[in-house]
Amino acid sequence: MLKLKLLIVDDEPGMRRGASRSLRNFQFQMKDFKDIINFEISECATGNGTLELLKNNQYDLLLLDYKLEDITGLDILEVIKEEKYNLVTIMMTAFASLEVAVSATKNGAYDFIAKPFTPNELRSVIRKASSNIVVRRKAKLLEEEKRQVRFQFLSVLSHELKAPLNAIEGYLRIMDKKIAGNDISNYEKMLHRSLDRIGGMRKLIFDLLDLTRIESGQKVREIKEINIVEAAENSIETNSAIAKNNNIAVNLHAEKSILINGDMSELEIMFNNLISNAVKYNKINGQINIDISRIDDSSILIKVADSGIGMTANEKSRLFREFVRFKNEKTRNIEGSGLGLSILKKLISLYDGKINVESEFDIGTTFIITLKNLPSV
Amino acid sequence: MNDKVKQYQGKTALLVDDDIDILEQTQLYLETFGFDVFTGISQAEGEQLIENEKYDIAVFDLMMENADSGFILSYKSKRKYPEVPIIIATAVTNETGLHFDVGTDEMRSWIKADVIMDKGIRMEQLLSQIEILLG
Repeated sequence: MLKLKLLIVDDEPGMRRGASRSLRNFQFQMKDFKDIINFEISECATGNGTLELLKNNQYDLLLLDYKLEDITGLDILEVIKEEKYNLVTIMMTAFASLEVAVSATKNGAYDFIAKPFTPNELRSVIRKASSNIVVRRKAKLLEEEKRQVRFQFLSVLSHELKAPLNAIEGYLRIMDKKIAGNDISNYEKMLHRSLDRIGGMRKLIFDLLDLTRIESGQKVREIKEINIVEAAENSIETNSAIAKNNNIAVNLHAEKSILINGDMSELEIMFNNLISNAVKYNKINGQINIDISRIDDSSILIKVADSGIGMTANEKSRLFREFVRFKNEKTRNIEGSGLGLSILKKLISLYDGKINVESEFDIGTTFIITLKNLPSV
Repeated sequence: MNDKVKQYQGKTALLVDDDIDILEQTQLYLETFGFDVFTGISQAEGEQLIENEKYDIAVFDLMMENADSGFILSYKSKRKYPEVPIIIATAVTNETGLHFDVGTDEMRSWIKADVIMDKGIRMEQLLSQIEILLG
């Protein structure tokens, strides 16, 4: 229930009473929001009295008579503009004078209503003005929310970039002062680590761009009927070199063609994410088994199972958070931005899909994903 | 720097940091000062080392598995070895808005670190702090 504060200003008591009665129990629901709007009503008979009330109270709406005993409605509009009171004014004009109505709106009135008017006409004008207020409020809240999210994200991001910078700087200082002695080979490892960290920063920045582009909808999507098995095969090919390095076998179990409405590059990114993780966190001579099957007319099941190092329950609970990477004896030398699974999750949500993880420490991990066919374009 | 006498020869340091490069660099500094160094790459490993080893000084990274991993290790270390000084290294500082409430006695006795250093720790700075803590 959203209560808006309304001030009715007219020198005729009958007018005030009538307007009050029309709006006292009036409530309505806006089309796009759940909120139900109703009103808390105050009244005033004079212009100066109104100015006093406006100074000491917060109103949302002002129903203002043009012709008052002491000063005019236009004078009040002038004060509202000067003092920057945040409210919406509806001017009541007698004699249906267009000239007055026009100058009122030019002076800051949101709308006008010509006397005499029916209760329904009044409610209609008030409803329109109220909707405007609510929409503006929602927009402001959204802006604030966005700002908070962006601030938090940037804070975490700057932390993530500071770490590699500190690491690289540390190595450079050690090299500068020759702290590791005079043997050059001691410094070779540091040089390579520095280059690795720089690569990591670059990947982080690219992944971040991907993530924000997906989130903001800026990434151009090419949706058509594609073979999801082909996306998997392309991705396996992409990762074949790193798989071969550790002699990891990648097995694909699927029919030759499973069609889905989607964007080929998105699906390839998804598989790349899954397969590169399955390789990186695997054991030497390990296995990766990929299963793709149709659940029903509109959904597809994907499983990517590895025989890798697995996760503890604690690690599993933190898995999809941004920048999270597990640091332990086994993962010491594994590189990554910590954004891969965030990106994966966002892409899956574009397909109205779900992702689950099963994992056993030191035994292996399985990612289970369901995707729904996107509606045809 | 290299011709300086290894003034802490015979002493041991416990070092825990989840960044492998910072871990190696800080280890190098400590060894240059003469320390034997135990290292851990996570809060979990740090806890194991506190449990199983004896050391004269500890250096803990603050944010690891948890945002306050360093404080947790500090608490556990002080509980076992009340006399061993602890340095906490953090990249966190003010901008993330991380607040540690030292309002109650319990909290004050909880945060047991002796000194907090900002990451990007230089060798000379580290030596100065250790000299203050260990003499």
